[in-house]
Amino acid sequence: MAVTKTEPINGSTTKSSAPPSTSMPLKSDLLSILSLKSLRLKTKQQELLIRVSILCLVYVLAFITRLFSVLRYESMIHEFDPYFNYRTTLFLTQKGFYEFWNWFDSESWYPLGRIIGGTLYPGLMVTAAMMYWGLRFLRFAVHIREVCVLTAPFFASNTTLVAYFFGKEIWDTGAGLVAAVLIAICPGYISRSVAGSYDNEGVAIFALLLTFYLFVKAVNTGSLAWGLASAFGYFYMVSAWGGYVFIINLIPLYVLALLITGRYSMRLYVAYNCMYVLGMLLAMQIRFVGFQHVQSGEHMAAMGVFFLMQVFYFLDWVKHLLNDKKLFEAFLRITVTCAVGVGAIALGVGTASGYISPWSGRFYSLLDPTYAKDHIPIIASVSEHQPTAWSSFMFDFHILLFLFPAGLYFCFKRLSDATIFIVMYGLTSMYFAGVMVRLILVATPAVCLISAIAVSATIKNLTMLLRTKSKVSQTGSTKGTGGGKTSSKAMLDQSQPFQRNGAIALLFGAFYLLSRYAIHCTWVTSEAYSSPSIVLAARGAHGNRVIFDDYREAYYWLRQNTPPDAKVMSWWDYGYQITAMGNRTVIVDNNTWNNTHIATVGRAMSSYEDEAYEIMRSLDVDYVLVVFGGVTGYSSDDINKFLWMVRIGGGVFPVIKEPDYLVNGEYRVDKVCSPPRV
Amino acid sequence: MGFRFDLLLLFTTLVLLSTITPTVLSDVILSKVDRRIDLTSQIVRVTSTLKVENAGPDPVSEVLLTFPEIQAKDLAYLTATLNEVSLPKALGEGDSLTIDVLAVFTHALRPFPEEITQADIQLVLFQDTAHYLSPYAVKVQSLTVKLPKARIETYTKLENTNIHGSDIKYGPYENLPPFSYAPIAVHFETNQPFAVAQELVREIEISHWGNVQVTEHYNVVHQGAKSKGEFSRLDFQARPHLRGASALRNLVAKLPPRAHSIYYRDEIGNISTSNVWGDPKKTELVIEPRYPLFGGWRTTFTIGYGLPLQDFLFGLEGKRFLNFSFGSPINDLITDNLIVKVVLPEGSNDISISTPFPVKQGQETKISHLDVAGRPVVVLEKTNVVPEHNQYFQVYYRFNKLSMLREPFMLISGFFILFVSCILYMHVDMSISKSSPSYLAKLQWDEVRATIQQVVSIINQCLSKHERLEASLHDLSRTGDVQACKTARKTADSLFKEYSKELKPLLSFLQSSPQATQILPKVEELVAKEKELQERLIAKHSTIVDCYEKKIGGRELENRVASHQQKVVALKQEVDDLLDYIEEI
Repeated sequence: MAVTKTEPINGSTTKSSAPPSTSMPLKSDLLSILSLKSLRLKTKQQELLIRVSILCLVYVLAFITRLFSVLRYESMIHEFDPYFNYRTTLFLTQKGFYEFWNWFDSESWYPLGRIIGGTLYPGLMVTAAMMYWGLRFLRFAVHIREVCVLTAPFFASNTTLVAYFFGKEIWDTGAGLVAAVLIAICPGYISRSVAGSYDNEGVAIFALLLTFYLFVKAVNTGSLAWGLASAFGYFYMVSAWGGYVFIINLIPLYVLALLITGRYSMRLYVAYNCMYVLGMLLAMQIRFVGFQHVQSGEHMAAMGVFFLMQVFYFLDWVKHLLNDKKLFEAFLRITVTCAVGVGAIALGVGTASGYISPWSGRFYSLLDPTYAKDHIPIIASVSEHQPTAWSSFMFDFHILLFLFPAGLYFCFKRLSDATIFIVMYGLTSMYFAGVMVRLILVATPAVCLISAIAVSATIKNLTMLLRTKSKVSQTGSTKGTGGGKTSSKAMLDQSQPFQRNGAIALLFGAFYLLSRYAIHCTWVTSEAYSSPSIVLAARGAHGNRVIFDDYREAYYWLRQNTPPDAKVMSWWDYGYQITAMGNRTVIVDNNTWNNTHIATVGRAMSSYEDEAYEIMRSLDVDYVLVVFGGVTGYSSDDINKFLWMVRIGGGVFPVIKEPDYLVNGEYRVDKVCSPPRV
Repeated sequence: MGFRFDLLLLFTTLVLLSTITPTVLSDVILSKVDRRIDLTSQIVRVTSTLKVENAGPDPVSEVLLTFPEIQAKDLAYLTATLNEVSLPKALGEGDSLTIDVLAVFTHALRPFPEEITQADIQLVLFQDTAHYLSPYAVKVQSLTVKLPKARIETYTKLENTNIHGSDIKYGPYENLPPFSYAPIAVHFETNQPFAVAQELVREIEISHWGNVQVTEHYNVVHQGAKSKGEFSRLDFQARPHLRGASALRNLVAKLPPRAHSIYYRDEIGNISTSNVWGDPKKTELVIEPRYPLFGGWRTTFTIGYGLPLQDFLFGLEGKRFLNFSFGSPINDLITDNLIVKVVLPEGSNDISISTPFPVKQGQETKISHLDVAGRPVVVLEKTNVVPEHNQYFQVYYRFNKLSMLREPFMLISGFFILFVSCILYMHVDMSISKSSPSYLAKLQWDEVRATIQQVVSIINQCLSKHERLEASLHDLSRTGDVQACKTARKTADSLFKEYSKELKPLLSFLQSSPQATQILPKVEELVAKEKELQERLIAKHSTIVDCYEKKIGGRELENRVASHQQKVVALKQEVDDLLDYIEEI
């Protein structure tokens, strides 16, 4: 296009400027104008190029910023749960899918065992195994560990793309780009997706955002294809993480809000029904979910809204048929009361007959933060289930915390189906993030998107101001060559004297804030979130790096120097790691599905030696692993966790009483230690 | 050197039937035997100097070496060298010859007691004969047992037994008949760790891009006295020499010089306790296992390093050969079962192997990065390997340099196919139904967009012509050349006509298309404004040219032009805005 255009011009330039030999500078002037013109013609392409290259850079950035842990330590699996995931992935790649599906693991929860295939979300493992098989097929001889380590960063990169499209869908491309950048480095997300953090969340946040994006797209277009896609996104989410419950409650809530605000439309009807029906059928294919999806209390909201939609549609149809307004109102009243009544009765009967199971403890503890502490100590004992402190909000969101309300303001200013969704997502997830530390993760995409709207809208407004001014002055200057009369235009400039300077200052302010954000994110990632927590590093007296690798030392010793059928007892935190790294049978592990069993271990840990010995013999224990951090000053050792052992043990065995282990209401491990401690 | 081969050959037969009948023996006598047994490490090295004399009339071409049965099974390595190479092949009557024999035994030291606690020291028992076991009569002989500098618990005292520091000396004994045997036992303290690799797999992978990658998988056991009772880390760290004196703390590997990318890890990750020192002659790697190895404990680990190719790969008569050392680079390590795998590049053929000692050979294939057929792997196996086996072996093969380019080519073509398929995807119409209304609408919209772009480009050309006209006016004001200005005007006029002709069909298409209804008013406005601008400009142009022709200058001219000028500027602004708006779509 551009080429065909510039050619004739060039030809005519030479023609016209041939006779006067003095017009050389003019010619160059003209040429520069020409090139400017031809560039301006391609604005669209330029914009596309810039957008694609920004996205590519963000994609790469999201990946490499998560590699701090590999550089600082090594390519290894982090924390506790990822070890289980790694072990199951290894099993999957070695034995194949059917073996994996039917796997009964006798190495954990001795002597009960665990049906792995039916009690886990297989999405992560299957994803990693697929990538592994794909790479193998392409003749890249990678190790499955490398695939597992890099799964989370890879999916974080994909999340940035989804965030871009989501942002584009709810606002514009600018907001999409900003959202992609923000989410790429947001510490709240990085905390669960650094290289080596091979956990469900790494994949699940991608799936969550994808499902939401596809659903919003389906609502916006009313297309069955997008609805279908969102059902598949939901299926992937269900296969990957228990957090899918959030989706299946938020989407009905959103639909309900639209219904109430009178935004019901055919598009919504198509999108929700397609997504719910297909999503439900697909989700039931996951064995761990199965019939829970239609039976448990957490999923009832979605079903209720589904039926409500049908009632609405029916009413719409009746309204269409009936011309009499009064008659319709009467009919409406009867139908609504009937529908509500039938629904309530169905729910009541279902609950009473036990067909519909009540809400699970975790769900309760989300709605009522104090519930877990009183009723389920095992949930309360996990540090990431604690309520969030303000500092950790600031730590994980930084400026997004301030941009979030601003973004909400912009959203409310331009209400649409899409912005209502993001507002609801943001507000609910913010609440959950306040209840549990780990749910900051779920809130992160929403916060990033809403903040991106704030940033993008603000900057767009400011640059608009700047651009209109500069355009005027530009035309003024071009005119200056002809007649030199710019005064009339200059008058216009003075109408709002400090507007231009103010805009520039604000732009610089925004730039400063965003760069502070980038610096903060990098710092947090490198300092706080890139530690594998199995290997500890500290600075020695001379500034040299000291590495404590005692965990792996112990696990490897177990692996090499104990009989292959030895049973190891330890507090449940270490269960997954012992089975994965030590390759030995454990009594309890991080799955925590059997509270009594854990309580038995807690009782064994907190009894006198001779009693404990009896308990351990009855559990057929050969080795006991306890962690003592007193020598190196490692704080999260078993002495630190001891009170929880007492509490959980005491929850099942009333012989164990917490006050027995306290001195004057205090927990001490020094000389005045309480009597039962051994 | 034919003589020496004889010796080795004979020796093997002898070991197999160690209770040999003396009838086959000739009249050889050993005039002097000097034996030194080195017990300072777990590997027992026996160095013997034999002076062989032929007392009989027949020439002798063979000498038999014998070992007690209990030692024979532990024999790992034996070599004998002649001191006088110039001697004839066979020993004539009265001739004598000195032979140095080095015999290396593994597992010859037996821990006693077999189990010790962390605080105990490790005691071992060594058994041998004080008299040199030989089918020949020995005139004079002596034996020195060298022990580590530590406590000696007990040792067998025979006549002529002396002890000097940590050396025990037996003999000299004179004129002993063939097969004389005097068992001795030495019970002494040694805290040398008994590191034994039960299995070691060395993989040497050749890349013709300039690297030899060596990967060694160790399965190491401490085969000293077994540890019993508990292990206290605190005691071990506080008093390492008293609590855990015999523990295996580290291993030292001497790697070839210029070794790079060294790593040390096991199944569950990197092991951080290792150090490397490099100098031009060697690279020294000190590795500590994850935990100190006490007696009976085991661990597995992997070390790997890269080496420059030119140090190990040479060409010979169109073939290439790899010259590499056979055994483990770790000091004082016994390897029970050593497997050396040489992975040659894909496409190598005509493979042959030469080793300094007999090994079991095999072949397999390995599939690594970007391999299709797999790489040929030469597998060499040998049991009971000691550091003395660290000799060079050679693998000869043929390899075409061109096949090096295959893998990069595969990568390039892979990316190429990816991009081509992307391009194809973008250009191929994938819609299923070619008659659906949405599809048709899309097609129409594409057409409309193309037309609008054409319109915009024509307008842009007009605008550039306007600038040309302005420029000609500018020229006029400087040079006063009215004629040039007029020609510029003429060309511009003809071009404008052409443009408006081109615009007509485009506009009529837009008017007819239903998809363009929204954008059409803007486009029409744009065209109209442009036309007006054009007219204004031409009017201005002709005014100025007129003025110049009539020599009307200065203020008068400015007054006449002013109204035109203002209009032109305003119109230009409007046209620009419209263009921006249309391009946004």
